[in-house]
Amino acid sequence: MMSDLIKSIEPAVNPNIPDLHPGDTVSVHVKIREGNRERIQEFKGIVLYMHGNGANSTFTVRRMASNGIGVERTFLLRSPRIDKVVVERHNVVRRAKLYYLRSRTGKAARLKQKFN
Amino acid sequence: MLKGLIGKKIGMTQIFDEDGVAIPVTLIEAGPCYVTQVRTPEKDGYQAVQLGFGETKPKRLTGGQLGHLKRGSLSLPPLRYLREIRAKNIDVAEGDKVTVEVFSVGERVDVVGTSKGKGFAGAVKRHGFRGGPKTHGQSDRLRAPGSRGAGTTPGRVYKGSRGAGHMGNDRVTAQNLKVVLVDAERNLLGVRGAIPGARGGLVVIKEARKA
Repeated sequence: MMSDLIKSIEPAVNPNIPDLHPGDTVSVHVKIREGNRERIQEFKGIVLYMHGNGANSTFTVRRMASNGIGVERTFLLRSPRIDKVVVERHNVVRRAKLYYLRSRTGKAARLKQKFN
Repeated sequence: MLKGLIGKKIGMTQIFDEDGVAIPVTLIEAGPCYVTQVRTPEKDGYQAVQLGFGETKPKRLTGGQLGHLKRGSLSLPPLRYLREIRAKNIDVAEGDKVTVEVFSVGERVDVVGTSKGKGFAGAVKRHGFRGGPKTHGQSDRLRAPGSRGAGTTPGRVYKGSRGAGHMGNDRVTAQNLKVVLVDAERNLLGVRGAIPGARGGLVVIKEARKA
């Protein structure tokens, strides 16, 4: 059970992050600080899974870097460091945790697009 | 102002600082406390302030406790918990109210609580012993403590040797925690990191000794 007092001090939901689902192809725009300058880095991939709840919730995005090396990055869902998240397409998946994608490469790692 | 409060642990969450870094926060419902007694060197041999916390129904306290809170000109509400805090310079009087505002964001505090009881625990859990090997013909040695001392001389186990026994439910102090949140309206105090005890446990918040 979570106390209302705890909920009241938790950070607000980041308004620039839409509803995400496992399997979505997303592009995450992260604010990066270099000295005094701030720039935005894009991280584009497939949402592998959502985790946690409330202020502790995270989502993990997997993308293929060069040489076919998979890179996974976990973001805090309420982090103010996320500038925005763009959902590029929804895909058909049948589970909540897409761990099976890790062992697949190339054509086998494709997901079917979901239209609604 | 006296820097000390009694409170109740509410639970943990995380918030973001101005750089967007997530910091772990423990919330404490701290105060309001009342100064129920001042201990002086002349009378008691030491200097301290007795604080009371947690208003309750009068019938939950004994007559003696109620009398302690309503003596002479002192007239305090029925308070469930009384704790003493050592103080060098006492600048409060009996009957004064102490609120969470005595602390400010960025300050360092020590939090005293009672750790969660673990019951009778083995040496591996209680003292971090390595235990025995899992394989190579071992049976029932996995979490065994091993030797507790020499053999015929001295022929006994020295006192204080570490072994299995009751663990937890001890007084524990978490030192030098940074105050990250003070909410006077709701008597909330947020400190960075974990504090001892279960949710709902009584804690005493003091100025950090080693800040």
